Amino acid sequence: MYATNYHRASSLSEAEQMLAAAEEGKLLSGGQTLIPTMKQRLAAPTDIVDLRHVAELKGISVSGGVVKIGAGTTHAEVAGSADVKNACPALAGLASHIGDPHVRHMGTIGGSIANNDPAADYPSAMLALNATIHTNKREIAADDFFVGMFETALGDDEIVTAVSFEAPDSAAYQKFPNPASRYAMAGVFVAKKGGTVRVGVTGAGSDGAYRASDMEQALSGSFSPDALEGVSVDPGGMLSDIHGTAEYRAHLVKVMAKRAVAAA
Amino acid sequence: MGVVEGIGARVARKEDRRFITGKGRYTDDMNVVGMKHAIFVRSPHAHARIKGIDKSEALNVPGVIDVLDGDQLAADGIGNLICGWMIHSRDGSPMKMGDWRPLAGDTVRYVGEAVVIVVADTKAIAREAAEKVVIDYEELDAVTDLVTAVEPGAPQIHPVADNNLVFDWTIGDEMAVEEAISDAAHIVELEVSNNRLIPNAMEPRATLGHYDAGEDHYTCWTTSQNPHVARLVMSAFYNVAPENKLRVIAPDVGGGFGSKIFIYPEEIVCLWASKRTGVPVKWVADRTESFMTDAHGRDHLSTIKIALDANKKITAFKIDTLANLGAYMSLFSSSVPTYLYATLLSGQYDVPNIFANVRTVYTNTTPVDAYRGAGRPEASYLIERAMETAARQLDMDPAELRRINFVKTFPHETPVIMTYDAGDFEASLDVAMEAADYAGFPARKAEAKARGKLRGIGFNCYIEACGIAPSKAVGSLGAGVGLWESAEVRVNAVGTIEVLTGSHSHGQGHETTFAQLVAERLGVGLDSISIVHGDTDKVQMGMGTYGSRSGAVGMSAIAGALDKVEAKAKKVAAHLLEADESDIVIENGEVKVAGTDKKLAWHEVSLACYTAHNLPDGMEPGLKETSFYDPSNFTFPAGCYICEVEVDPDTGTTQIIQFVAADDFGNIINPMIVEGQVHGGVAQGIGQAMLEGCAYDPESGQLLTASYMDYAMPRAHDLPSFNVLTTTTPCPSNPLGIKGCGEAGAIGSPGALINAITDAIGNNDLSMPATPQNVWAALNAK
Repeated sequence: MYATNYHRASSLSEAEQMLAAAEEGKLLSGGQTLIPTMKQRLAAPTDIVDLRHVAELKGISVSGGVVKIGAGTTHAEVAGSADVKNACPALAGLASHIGDPHVRHMGTIGGSIANNDPAADYPSAMLALNATIHTNKREIAADDFFVGMFETALGDDEIVTAVSFEAPDSAAYQKFPNPASRYAMAGVFVAKKGGTVRVGVTGAGSDGAYRASDMEQALSGSFSPDALEGVSVDPGGMLSDIHGTAEYRAHLVKVMAKRAVAAA
Repeated sequence: MGVVEGIGARVARKEDRRFITGKGRYTDDMNVVGMKHAIFVRSPHAHARIKGIDKSEALNVPGVIDVLDGDQLAADGIGNLICGWMIHSRDGSPMKMGDWRPLAGDTVRYVGEAVVIVVADTKAIAREAAEKVVIDYEELDAVTDLVTAVEPGAPQIHPVADNNLVFDWTIGDEMAVEEAISDAAHIVELEVSNNRLIPNAMEPRATLGHYDAGEDHYTCWTTSQNPHVARLVMSAFYNVAPENKLRVIAPDVGGGFGSKIFIYPEEIVCLWASKRTGVPVKWVADRTESFMTDAHGRDHLSTIKIALDANKKITAFKIDTLANLGAYMSLFSSSVPTYLYATLLSGQYDVPNIFANVRTVYTNTTPVDAYRGAGRPEASYLIERAMETAARQLDMDPAELRRINFVKTFPHETPVIMTYDAGDFEASLDVAMEAADYAGFPARKAEAKARGKLRGIGFNCYIEACGIAPSKAVGSLGAGVGLWESAEVRVNAVGTIEVLTGSHSHGQGHETTFAQLVAERLGVGLDSISIVHGDTDKVQMGMGTYGSRSGAVGMSAIAGALDKVEAKAKKVAAHLLEADESDIVIENGEVKVAGTDKKLAWHEVSLACYTAHNLPDGMEPGLKETSFYDPSNFTFPAGCYICEVEVDPDTGTTQIIQFVAADDFGNIINPMIVEGQVHGGVAQGIGQAMLEGCAYDPESGQLLTASYMDYAMPRAHDLPSFNVLTTTTPCPSNPLGIKGCGEAGAIGSPGALINAITDAIGNNDLSMPATPQNVWAALNAK
């Protein structure tokens, strides 16, 4: 790791000031991506601003059917939250299978979506749940937030503060893990709210998490695994690496989608 | 006999207390006053010419002691790394050993090759300075794949090796095999690759080199499986220091699996750098360095042809193998795909004719050498996949085809120069089949099918060779060393015992099992026995631990020393008790006159040896004996592994339903430790079969699997609860009847697993690792 300056923020406004003052600052939430990247000397921020002690970023609330999760909430907290389990058990289940216990007790939902790793679990859920991403500046619809692989709509001085979504009628997440890293090689989050079905896919698309609109259409007509039989997933838009070819990932997306619908 | 903690007892491992409480002492725990830290600057290219090295900026970093390169090393007379086993090609020419300098000369040949060492006050400073070393590379075309490497026009890696061919070696009678093939009623052919593996010992390699100018003496702490061999090689070939001025200490070592047998550039360079800089120099690999520079394993591509007569009796095996040695010939690399591989190609079968041709090739990859099993996994996987293929082709039960071809009488001489001394292959097959409820498999398959799953079952009846090895025999085959072992048993005046052994423990539990042997023989408690190993200043010359040799060879040496200790103790006791020496027995810690109540406690005899007040005339005082044991033959562990799997056709995911291992290891010292070795070995074999696949980018030669993000190691949830069983035919070739158990699990399991998966999916064209993607592709390629 290269030398860096560490700043601990105790409030959102303090974090904003620290970030603004930094030459090349980085926000540290759970640090589960940033710290390993820095240790490998692949990232060298001049300053890191630690958000872990900012109270405004903590907590989970459910009110009027709307679930709101603070950006600094760990995966373990989401997985263990009675409120989340009640309102959207699929999301709690997703959080309970991210990484390993260490990752789940350090990593946060805000950090995960701001990083937008193409194999991270949360982005697919945010898309499928039609979530709103709250920042210190504005509110961004998930559809507009995830721009591409490791890219989001966040500005340089923007900090994710929370995510919120209306609890779905039913939802499920199915992931097929990479045999080595256990990240999603194809993860599909399906959510149904009224007559609308949204499908978020992670781990597979070459531009990061995306919505599978043809699956959504098919499922809006009939919310059953069989409804997806006729839908084909184009390998053209898929990642391809030593663990999974584009063809295999395209196949897995469909299998995971059917399993998610069956589980929802 | 009758000793609670003797041979056969399930004694908890004595060493585990310190390991599980974090009190183990590993090389990185060693610190010397004035010690500094090293970082190696390594080649980022798979193949390049070094046009220049600019160290000036690095040397100017505050806290940097020195920055040293290969020219300085060569100027100081440090020699090239060598391969210690000479193999001749079939045309009589010697193997083509390319120059391997501890720090690169004008060419680098794999990603990760050491080019420069930076020594600094701290590791962080050394790392900063290492980034400031500017090396001007001219990139050259690289080749990583063993088939491409021997094609005409492939990039040339060493001037000495035309077309990258290291040797073209044969064993067996080619004419006889061709004749048997032309006369055969059935021919079965198969091409099989054996995937390249990265060892992944829990403790990364590390070394601390300390030159003491006052004494003109070197000390090397290192992560070694064989510190004496390290000293010998560094002294005799690398010109680091004469043996009497070089002490090598291998303290606690956290796993080796073969990868810590070899002498690596870093040990040599740190010793040299310590003298050159005047400070002790420590280097500890990070995990990426381990991936890039620990010798890799396997990487074979083979074809086999089986000839059978009308009665389904095998009449010949014909085998062609290409083996990838990587960029340089590592210490024992040449022996692995030859004498440790092709000599086992008869398997458990009575095969009258065998011919094998092995060609080894250089590629721009990490050097390849022995890895748990070393040649025998490659042999067993090839033979056992071919046997399963033959059974399917001939529409026979795979167990039955094996059974009618088993070797049934011993000793049995194979056409590939091995003499199997003992075994009962039908016994292990029967035990395994019963344990696996083979008869009930069709019903289980049907039940799985009703759930949309594909069940399969596969066998692997392995035989391997351990207890390496008779020195005269291996010497005649090209080995540069003898493969005996030594031991010294020191009985102290108060009767406690120190056993000094040339075997090295890096997870095997020697401190327990070796003590059990002494407890059995002398009847003293385990707490009174200490096992000393891993230090060339303490222990006389020994050959170290690999090839499951520490029981069969290392303990046999201890047994030899115990024989002498007992003989002297009996003489002394006979003198003191005024009895005839032939009437003296040692039992339960007492030295007795048989059939009388005359006896001495063990410590009374040892004390008498050291007070020397009343010893037989002419007897030297003391009670300490040494033995060098040279085995008369290899040992031949064998067994039957059966694996049952269920494949999810939607994803290609394989679940192991059951894994039965029935092994014949001969006599067993500690069943619990043996079971642990089988568990670990099978886990490693399952890792090879299902998960682990080292991958290089074919264009750039970059190692794609250089971290756990891309290199899949087996996790607990990948593995079933193993059903481990034993059958026993004592080994007649050593005094303890031991065969060895350290590698069997890794040797016998991959074939069982792949045979089961190919049975499930109905397609035999499946390569390791059988990842979900590969299984799905095979399932859909039908």
